[in-house]
Amino acid sequence: MNRRTGRTWWKTALGLLLTAFMLFPVYWMINVSLTPDRDMRKSPPDLFPTHGTLDGYRTVLHEQLPYLGTSLVIGLGTVVLTIALSAPAGYALAKLRPRGGGILNFVLLAAQMIPGIIMAMGFYAIYLSLGLLQSVPGLIVADSTLAVPFGVLIFTAFMSGIPGELLQAAKTDGAGALRTFWSVVLPMSRNAVVTVSLFAFLWSWSDFVFAGTLVNGGAHEPITLGIYHYIGNNNQEWNAIMATAVVASLPAAVILVLAQRYVAAGVTAGAVKD
Amino acid sequence: MKQTTHPPDHLSAPVRNGAATVAPPPAPARARRRPTSPQWAAWAFLAPVTLYLALFYAYPLYRNLDLSLRDYTVRSFVQGNAPFTGIENYRTVLDDPTFAPALLHTALFTAVCLVFQYAIGLALAVFFSRHFRLSATLRALFLVPWLLPLIVSASTWSWMLNSDSGVVNAALHALGIAPVNWLTSPSWSLTSVIIANIWIGVPFNLVVLYSGLQSIPASLYEAAALDGAGAWQRFWRITFPLLRPVSAITLLLGLIYTLKVFDIIWIMTKGGPADSSTTFATWSYQLGFGNLLPAFGPGAAVGNLLVVAALVFGLIYLKVQRKQALS
Repeated sequence: MNRRTGRTWWKTALGLLLTAFMLFPVYWMINVSLTPDRDMRKSPPDLFPTHGTLDGYRTVLHEQLPYLGTSLVIGLGTVVLTIALSAPAGYALAKLRPRGGGILNFVLLAAQMIPGIIMAMGFYAIYLSLGLLQSVPGLIVADSTLAVPFGVLIFTAFMSGIPGELLQAAKTDGAGALRTFWSVVLPMSRNAVVTVSLFAFLWSWSDFVFAGTLVNGGAHEPITLGIYHYIGNNNQEWNAIMATAVVASLPAAVILVLAQRYVAAGVTAGAVKD
Repeated sequence: MKQTTHPPDHLSAPVRNGAATVAPPPAPARARRRPTSPQWAAWAFLAPVTLYLALFYAYPLYRNLDLSLRDYTVRSFVQGNAPFTGIENYRTVLDDPTFAPALLHTALFTAVCLVFQYAIGLALAVFFSRHFRLSATLRALFLVPWLLPLIVSASTWSWMLNSDSGVVNAALHALGIAPVNWLTSPSWSLTSVIIANIWIGVPFNLVVLYSGLQSIPASLYEAAALDGAGAWQRFWRITFPLLRPVSAITLLLGLIYTLKVFDIIWIMTKGGPADSSTTFATWSYQLGFGNLLPAFGPGAAVGNLLVVAALVFGLIYLKVQRKQALS
């Protein structure tokens, strides 16, 4: 083992170098977020925040908390809606063999390929006539379209692996389809619930297209619009902009640390058949 | 796929627990062929999602199609009585001087991003599949660009590529290279958004290709090494050919994703300066929402052209995937 480690140390070194290169923009975002205003236009820029300031983060606390709160509400709403819609569908497609299930599967895959701005334009036209523009529930519904087809896919794949004997046993005990779903299938699918919830939250938290089209200028705007307004106003306080960006990246960081394996699973889901 | 979404890996523990709480099935029940569940129950579970698809996918798409076939103004958009004009909007769009550049930029953006994302992703996947200390941790860190909200990545790149105060020009200066107007010069803006988008797309390629590499049996490499094949030969004779199905899927999915990239370009350059980084996605948005006087009809028409392109490649993707599932 020791000899092996000895032979591979240069790979670790190269790996560290590549990772540092890849993550440099992330480091730079943090560095700029700590840079005081007077050093912002310095040439060459400071590579390390030696004269660091927390002014940027103070601005975030003062100006961006409502946006962050809105994003949190929208993210959680999207998660609930996505799970409620996709878990039962996954169960039906995996275990109940509905006639026409194949077509539905096809429609779900095709739905994922529609560009977001096209959906946004359609939603805009509909919400305008329904008076749902600039409403939080409206944005939750729109954001959920990012995650529902993915959710059904994950739940179907996962629930297909639940042994049929188990469901049969529940049925023999007198449980109906609903009871079986609620008390047997759903508790067993906890991993799928976690994966789908994580991605639904992350996608709606990160959404810019729907937010920019449907709630722009409203009373409740998510954090992505908070950042966008900062840039759009020709704001020169880049430390505040980057501090907001750092805060907006926190969910991604938390998810990566706590739930890395679910993330890798989500990325490869559907892309690779074994 | 093998690791986490593949159900059996996960299920072993919960299944055991579940089986313990549920009474063991009586023998006759197991011997009898399982009757197919009544269709009404299946469709009761599917009803919410079906309704949802109709209301929130099919209807917006229909509205978009309708928009593109009528002459909408702001007033008729609200009142909903725009006159039907057939393919007039599509003709307007095709005759627009922006059409040719937008088509070219969309093709360039997609092709260049795909080539680099795939090549870099594959190189990294091969590198990370050699086991070394920290390889799993570093590979996980590579996911960060893909997880960040696009507005975060786009605004960070904007500031890094700033002509006067950006770190990229400072680095070029240190190397003795003249500063580049990355975002404000028409000859560089497309390159800038391509660089940012490659950065975002590499992690996806890395993860998918890495999981594809895991399914190539190690014995093949050992046999090749015994036969005296070098690392380079092993890559071209074993890795690359055996990875072809995964590569096809990765590239097709990448193509579909890249065609619809909007956020990055819009936030970094708004398609400018002077349309120099306009793609179909940003042009469509520009027409519909970017001006004081919105041109909803032509905007929707451009969008629908994009939908058609995405669906064509989507169908190819489904076909390839089905073929692979069968084989």
